[in-house]
Amino acid sequence: MALSPDESGRLADLLSEHADGLVVHWAELVGNGLQGRMSRPELERQTRDLQKGFQQAFAAGARDLTDEEAGELRAQLGELSSNRARQGFSANETAISVFALKDAVLGVIGDTSDAQTLRDFVAFSGFIDRAALFTFDSYVRVREALIADQAEQLLELSTPVVKLWEGVVAVPLVGTLDSARAQVVMERLLQTLVDTGSPYAIIDITGVPAVDTQVAQHILKTVVAARLMGADCIISGIRPQIAQTIVALGIEFGDIATKSSLADALRYVLGKNSYKVVTSKRTEH
Amino acid sequence: MNEESRLIPVATDQDVVRVRQLVRTVSVEAKLSLVDQTKLVTAASELARNTLVYGGGGTVEVARVRNEIRAGVRIVFADQGPGIADLDLALTDGYTTGGGLGLGLSGARRLVDEFAIDTAPGEGTTITITKWCR
Repeated sequence: MALSPDESGRLADLLSEHADGLVVHWAELVGNGLQGRMSRPELERQTRDLQKGFQQAFAAGARDLTDEEAGELRAQLGELSSNRARQGFSANETAISVFALKDAVLGVIGDTSDAQTLRDFVAFSGFIDRAALFTFDSYVRVREALIADQAEQLLELSTPVVKLWEGVVAVPLVGTLDSARAQVVMERLLQTLVDTGSPYAIIDITGVPAVDTQVAQHILKTVVAARLMGADCIISGIRPQIAQTIVALGIEFGDIATKSSLADALRYVLGKNSYKVVTSKRTEH
Repeated sequence: MNEESRLIPVATDQDVVRVRQLVRTVSVEAKLSLVDQTKLVTAASELARNTLVYGGGGTVEVARVRNEIRAGVRIVFADQGPGIADLDLALTDGYTTGGGLGLGLSGARRLVDEFAIDTAPGEGTTITITKWCR
């Protein structure tokens, strides 16, 4: 329910008349909820800005939060919730920052039996509710954006292709290999094979906790794709428990070379290229 | 004698990951050996994915169990999907209707000690697997 023009006018007066007392009381209420995770001066500054925002919105004749006159206030609320979300406060703590204004105003009104004041307060209360819901919405939006960003970063982070030797690249797989990641791994590997002109690729699965048929299928497809491009693939990092599980599942890697460690795989590739790993004795002078 | 069981709804790929993590935690609690842990986690991963892909989603219940001699872990996968019409065919190595390797169901059976399947066309599928400590 929107406010009447008279109501918003009276509320603007009320907020400006009691500005200082309101801010102190309001900041105190919010501060209690945040349990000292935000400094008092910062909190008072934020609260004062917000108080001004409400006051100006009402003074300009805003009757509802969606009105043009309340545009500034909406921007303020949006900023408040995105800051709170990024600082790791809960949605509850963020909404309280707005709801607490009700209690603060009630404290200012004091004991009254004046029907008009009560009606004003009820109307004001409705406005605050909508403001708090708006805050909540913005908070969720920011958090969702954060999560989406992180998921994307994780995808980037977790699939490096490293050059081990001239002509040998390796992909150390870590964690869960779902379809999205498998796709990224395959693309990266094939691109690196072309970029570096490498005839050998080692896929290391030491960091993959469980190799089920889906993971195996993703790996096999990557190997086949690399072969089509003329590169030889070696799978390394097959631990004893993974080997036994693969056998029981009945997965066959066919003629693909597999090694228990990355070191073995590198030695195997070097051997194929007639390199020899020898320990050199330092000559004493 | 059943100890407390934990239930996870399976509706997305993330839930399959959650099932895997829970099964790993419970297997460690039940003191399964590393090989058995890995086998059970892999079997759970296969069956949970079947629940999701073929059953259209369902639930997975993980519990520690104990008989007279040994302790173990029991997992129940339940869905209300289309069910399996030809069980023998579904349990054949290499048979798949979904483009996978066709080893999930048959392989999972080889990975565990007890494997029970209750299904009928149109009535969903319930699979119960158990792995005992050696």
